[in-house]
This record gives sequence, C-alpha cells and structure tokens, in this order.
Amino acid sequence: MNRLRRLLAENAVVLLFAALIAAAIPLSGAPPLYLLQEVLTRLGRNAVLVLSLLLPVMAGMGLNFGMVLGAMAGQIGLILVTDWAIVGLPGLTLAAMLATPVAVLLGWLCGAVLNRAKGREMVTGYILGFFVNGLYQLVVLYAMGSLIPMLNPELVLSRGYGVRNVINLTGVRQVLDRLVPARIGGIQLPVFTYALIAAMCLFVVWFRRTKLGQDMRAVGQDRAVADAAGIPVERTRILAIVLSTLLACYGQIVFLQNLGTLNTYNSHEQAGMFSIAALLIGGASVTRASIPNVLVGVVLFHLLFIVSPTAGKNLVGSAQLGEYFRQFVSYGVIAVALVLYAWRKQAGEQQARAALRGPGVGT
Amino acid sequence: MVGGAPALRLRGIGKSFGESRVLEDVSLEVAPGEVVGLVGENGAGKSTLMRILFGMPIIRETGGYQGSVEVAGQEVRFRSPFDALDAGIGMVHQEFSLLPGFTAAENILLNREPLRRSALDEVFGERLSLLDRAAMEARARRSIERLGVPLDPAMLVKEMPVGHRQFTEIARELGREGLRLLVLDEPTAVLTESEAATLLGRLRALAAEGVAMIFISHRLGEVLSLCQRVAVLRDGRLVQDLPAGRTSVRGLAAAMVGREMAAATGAEPRTFPAGEPLLEVEGLWVDMPGETVRDATFSVARGEILGIGGLAGQGKLGIPNGLMGLHPAGGRVRYRGRPLPLGEPRAALEAGLAFVSEDRRGVGLLLDEGIDWNVAFGAMQVQGACLRPLLGGLLQWRSDAAMASLAAGYVKELEIRCTGVRQKAGTLSGGNQQKVCLARAFALSPELLLVAEPTRGIDVGAKELVLAALRRLNRERGTTIVVVSSELHELRSLCDRIAIVYEGRIAGHLPASAALEELGLLMAGAATAPPPEAR
Repeated sequence: MNRLRRLLAENAVVLLFAALIAAAIPLSGAPPLYLLQEVLTRLGRNAVLVLSLLLPVMAGMGLNFGMVLGAMAGQIGLILVTDWAIVGLPGLTLAAMLATPVAVLLGWLCGAVLNRAKGREMVTGYILGFFVNGLYQLVVLYAMGSLIPMLNPELVLSRGYGVRNVINLTGVRQVLDRLVPARIGGIQLPVFTYALIAAMCLFVVWFRRTKLGQDMRAVGQDRAVADAAGIPVERTRILAIVLSTLLACYGQIVFLQNLGTLNTYNSHEQAGMFSIAALLIGGASVTRASIPNVLVGVVLFHLLFIVSPTAGKNLVGSAQLGEYFRQFVSYGVIAVALVLYAWRKQAGEQQARAALRGPGVGT
Repeated sequence: MVGGAPALRLRGIGKSFGESRVLEDVSLEVAPGEVVGLVGENGAGKSTLMRILFGMPIIRETGGYQGSVEVAGQEVRFRSPFDALDAGIGMVHQEFSLLPGFTAAENILLNREPLRRSALDEVFGERLSLLDRAAMEARARRSIERLGVPLDPAMLVKEMPVGHRQFTEIARELGREGLRLLVLDEPTAVLTESEAATLLGRLRALAAEGVAMIFISHRLGEVLSLCQRVAVLRDGRLVQDLPAGRTSVRGLAAAMVGREMAAATGAEPRTFPAGEPLLEVEGLWVDMPGETVRDATFSVARGEILGIGGLAGQGKLGIPNGLMGLHPAGGRVRYRGRPLPLGEPRAALEAGLAFVSEDRRGVGLLLDEGIDWNVAFGAMQVQGACLRPLLGGLLQWRSDAAMASLAAGYVKELEIRCTGVRQKAGTLSGGNQQKVCLARAFALSPELLLVAEPTRGIDVGAKELVLAALRRLNRERGTTIVVVSSELHELRSLCDRIAIVYEGRIAGHLPASAALEELGLLMAGAATAPPPEAR
C-alpha cells in the first residue's frame, strides 16, 4: 500500500498528463493509426534533443536552458551544406562535422559562464541563450553573404547579404529517416533515426558508468565534497555542458532533417523550452532525469500537441484554444517543476534540521 | 616506516593572522598506535593547528607558519590537503563530507575508484574508462572489515543511521594506502551514546593495529577513556600535556579555561525579589544552523543580568536568535506572564524585547546609512518614534531633526567616534559599529535586552565602554539584560548569574562568583547541573 502510494506520488506528473491525453483523444476524434504515425515520427524527430538534457541534470546543473546554443550551431552547419548543395547523407554528415567545433566552443563558453554562476545555472543558461542568439543573428544576418561567401543566391536576402527567413532543406530532407525504409501496416518507421537514438541512449548509459560519469554524479550531489576528494569540479561541469551542447547540436540536425524546412531565425528558439517541457512531463525533475523520462516525455508531450488543437476545436469550436493550451502547458509544467524543486529542497532542509532537535521536545 | 620515529612530531609551531597571534611554540608528538586527545576552548588554536598539519591553502596565503612538522621522522611542508593525504594523514570531520546519493562503497572510494583499463584510455584519458564495480565493492568491504562494523557497502548514505555515516567516513580514511595518522574532529558530536561507545571501541582496536590518532573533542570523559595522552591548548599555547592517567575531567576543564585570576569578578552579589520572573523559557528549540538549541529551560528575574556562556556550536547563540524570531523556534516562552509568540520578530519587539545581534554587519546595521538612521530605525518602525503626523495623522512624516538629535545623544553617551551623525555606519570601526548597535537597542527603551557577543572583534578600550554602557543601562534604567558571550571573564564581570549551554541544553546555572573551573566543567558537559539556587 505504502509502496503503491509512493509509486503514484513519484509518477504524479506522468499520470496526470496521461489522463489528460486519454480524455482528449476521443474528443479530438483523431484516427488511432494517424496518432500512432505522428507519435512515431515525432519520437524520432525530438528524442535526441531531449536526451541532450540528461548530463547537466546529472552534474547538478539543472535543466540546461543553454542547449539552444547547440541548436544554433547545428543550424549553421545545415545552412552551409545547403548553400554548397551537398545532399543526402554526406551533406548531413558534413553539416554535423561543421557544427561540431562551433558547438564545442559555445558549450565551453556556456560552461565557463555557468561556473561563475553556481546555483543559478538555469536562469543564467536561459539568458545566455538570448545573448548567443544575438551573436547567431550577427553571423547569419550580416556575415553570411558578405564575410562568409554564399554560393546560392536563392538563400540570400534580396539586399545581397544575410540569409533568408526560411530555408528549404530539400537536399537533406528525411535523409536519416528514409535511409532504411520500413513500412508496417501502413505505418512508416524511421528505422535509422531510431538506431541513432538507441546509440545515443547507449552512449548515455555507458557514460554514466565511466569515471567521468561517476565524477559528474559526485559533483552534482555536493561540489564541496567532490572538490575535497580531488575531483576537478569546474572542469567536470564544463565537460557536462560541452557534451550537452554537442548532443543538442546533433539533436537539432536530426530534428530539422525530419521537418525539411529551417526557420533561420526561429527554429532554435523554442527547442530548449519544448525539450525541457517534454522531459519534465516524462517525470523528470531538476535533480533527476533518466532515459525513460525522455522517451515517455516525448511521447506524451507530442500526443498532447497532436490532439489538443482538434480537441479544442471540437470542444469550444476554436483550434486556437489548442495552440494556446500547448503553450500554456509548456510554460506551466516548467514553472511547476521549478517551484516543486525549491519546495522539496526547503522541506528537505527542514527535515534535516528537525533531526538535530532533542527528543521529546514539542513544537 | 623509520624505526622508532613518531608518526607525527610538531616542533615549535607558531602562527599569526595579521596582528593576532593564534599559535605560539606548540610542540606535540604522536607515536605510532598512540591516541592523543587535543582539547581546548574555541579559539584556543586547535583548528589552526590542524590546518597547518593539513597544508590548507589559507595558512600559506596568510604568511605560512613557524616551526616544523615531521611525519615518520621526515620534515614535511604540505602545499595542499592532498599532500597530507599522500603522506598518510587522514581526517574525519565533524560535519560529514559524504555524498548522500552514493552508496557506502562509492563514498569510501570517491575519486579513487578502481578502473577497467581499455584501449580507449590511450585516446581519451582514463576519465573515460569504466568503473570496476566488483573491485570497488571488494575494496570497500576490506576497509569496512578492518573497521569491524556491520556496514553494507551497497547502502545509500542517505538511508543510513547517523552512526553508520560516521563509520563510512572513517572507513574512507582507512581505505587510503599507508594511513599512519588519523585526525578525528568531534567524531562523536552527532552520535547517540551507544553509537559513540561502539565508535570508541573500534578506534581502540585501530590504534592497536598501529594507527596513530589525534582525537579532538569537547566530551572530556570520552577523551580520557580513549586517549593515552591529553594535550590542552589555551590561547594558542600548549598548557598541559599529560598521560590520561595523571589527569581528570576536572583537571582538564581547569586547564582549558585557565587558572583563577585575582579579583576577576566585578559584580557585587545582588538579590532579586521572589515572584514571577520577567521571562520564563521552557523546552525551547531553535533551528539555527550551527547553533541548534534542543531543549533549553531557564528564567530571568526582573532587573537581573543573566549571562549565557558555552562553547561555539553548542547553541548559546541560538537562544536569543530564537526568542527574537530570527530562526524557526518552538517551546513555551512566557514574558511578563503572557505567552510570547515565537517566529515573529515584530511581536517580540512590540512586547518590549530588543536584540543586539552577534552578526553586526549582517543583521545589526544598515551599512550604507548614517548613524542617525541606524539609531532611530528600530524605534521608528516599532514605536513610531521620530515621526510627525501630517494631515491629521493620515500620513506619517519622518522627522530628520528628531532622528539627528536622538543619534547625537547616543554619540555623546556611548562615545561613538565619528565625523558626525551622518557618517555611514559601514565606514565606522568595529567598536563604534557595536556602539551604534547598542544605541539602536537602547533607543527602543526595552524592558528586556538580549545581547549576543557584545565585544567580539572590538578593541580593549571599546570593550570596556560597551560593558560599562550595559551595566549603566541595567543600574540606571532598570533594564533586564541577557548577555550571550564566549568570554567567561566578561560574563563574570557583568552578570549576576551565568547559565552554561551544552549540546543545546542548559547544563547548569552558577552565580557569577563561581570558580572558573566550575564553569569550565559545565562547558565541557562534565558536570551535572547543580540545584538551581534560591530565587
């Protein structure tokens, strides 16, 4: 009984959203096959981005809002290979290779900044995202086409420099998803993308069992104790952010190859917010996140995305409500997670202090 | 190991922090397998001595130390705690330095985990090798078996009882190669009696295996039962170094607090009318970090000066902070016969209490405001002093003139040295800042004044002035005062009675004329409370 209650309490968020979706599916009237296809597609699209959040949580740095830096690096790689008209798998690989040094550099910068803002990593990372967005715009809006030569005039704004708002990624569109074609009963499966996600998951599992992973867990629990044991705390934290940024960079490339279009100035902006919301809906917290949290979170979050507009339309006659609802849910779940985190921390401190009190003392 | 060489030899250790001399010519030897107790009041220099031994960077940054440290016959000068660890010196801290979400094994082998080598090491370095979990568990088990306690290597630290956490700490030190000296800083402070007894038993067994130990504790009974020799530090000097058999709890307490000084007490004995005390405290607990009060019961008579003493960390500072509602607190407190709500600073202030905090710069002062603001601020907030009604009382207007004259009065009375009442409090010297804090409390015209560490960190001249001001307030205005201080001499010269706090409880009350030795015994928790004197 007690175990059941604890199980329920620990998975309250997951259960709540599952119930919400279970209620919304019949309301939306969406055919089950369509839902299944959408969920499977979006799982492939989004899982790597969300996976990139795991390591900083492990290192005690909270939800890495700074992952948008990685997303920007990935987009720069994609813009360049599209301009050079390198298509297919080689194009995608080259994009990833080009983006890697940019992501490492940005991750290093982000980690170094976060080391100077210990205990406030999340808000710092969030604001850093805005700041680097400015640098990204400088490069994409002014440097590309002037300092960085652009070969394809169709990508350049009519004034002669700067990249257009929307880029059609026809050359690399769904290259990964369709590399190994598979259809089961009318459902298309992005087999290769799934293999990639599985490889990333294995990487995370393996990484946790390495010395560096163990150090990251130690740093995440108590920086002072880790430091006293001789673990290089600052370097470990930077490495966690670099790896996260790098995974986010590849994640954004996977995401965009599936979509097939790149919104030069917007695609990265919501990558962080939506990935974090998905992870939290999957039952993660600021201090604990696992691979099941990622997979469950992506499925639930996207189901909500798919069904809420039609459910809203059928319920009150307005699809706007659904769009409103998913924004509301994203921000709401993040706010709730942060409040819960602060509340639990406080409760834990109080409990720890109560244990110091003498026996038989009333309140 | 060099035959016959002591595990540790300290020779003529001296250390100053700026002007103040904290250690003077301290020499101490610990033979292999010997357990030496190290006792002393707070500020006697124990922690500084240990910092020197461990090569803490703070020592080097503040100008190094005099004298020499020898480990196993060889002179060493550690540049960091890791050098000390490499030389076989381990430390068990008072506060646990364990990771709560790690198992005992993971904690014991933290950053010393056995790794499974692979070809990848050549490329990425060893931080990307996998941990060898089986070897980790085996090595942790060996350390635990050497300690001889039932500890599960796979158990998470946060699920362990407190005693097992302490064992985990010690097992971690044992797990290091070539451990020859173990320093234990108050290892039993958080343990229950039976846990402490088990721990002492295990430490004896370890010593028999040849591990030398320095055992730092305020629990003198434990020190005497465990140690072969006990060294006493007082004011930075080693004042006594005797075999445990030739001293006693009483002797150690006397050595810790010092011999009787002629005419150290200044307060003439006074009697107070029987009847209802001004303040009655029963079963007070206060969650003040580092100064937890568990179960304090005492009362203060009208017109009395009560001193509260005790070693740092035992909870004496928690008492006034809890009464004033600055930290979560509970228990029964009656003030003038009526219950005093806890946790509401304003209620305490309005009831007629005032508090001079030990945290002068943090809680006591508005550092960026002038003396006038600092003095008048409390009275203005609580009693509406220095306010002018405007529009028939609809608005309250601050009267700068009234504030300035109030402040000027106290500047004169307390001899606050300043350029004028507008001088910013942050730019005053420590002693004058303390006087401003007193003035602010005085301006509230309290019936009961709580003062914490009134002379901490101020020079001798200012000390005298502060103490005289408190005495005058008590004698001339009849204000009841509770003074919390680490300085026994100061308490004895100012107070009528002294209560000593030990482990969050009042260990006993003594008249100010009691011998220092008696007070010392209470501070070390070695004496049972004498019957409360007749009131």
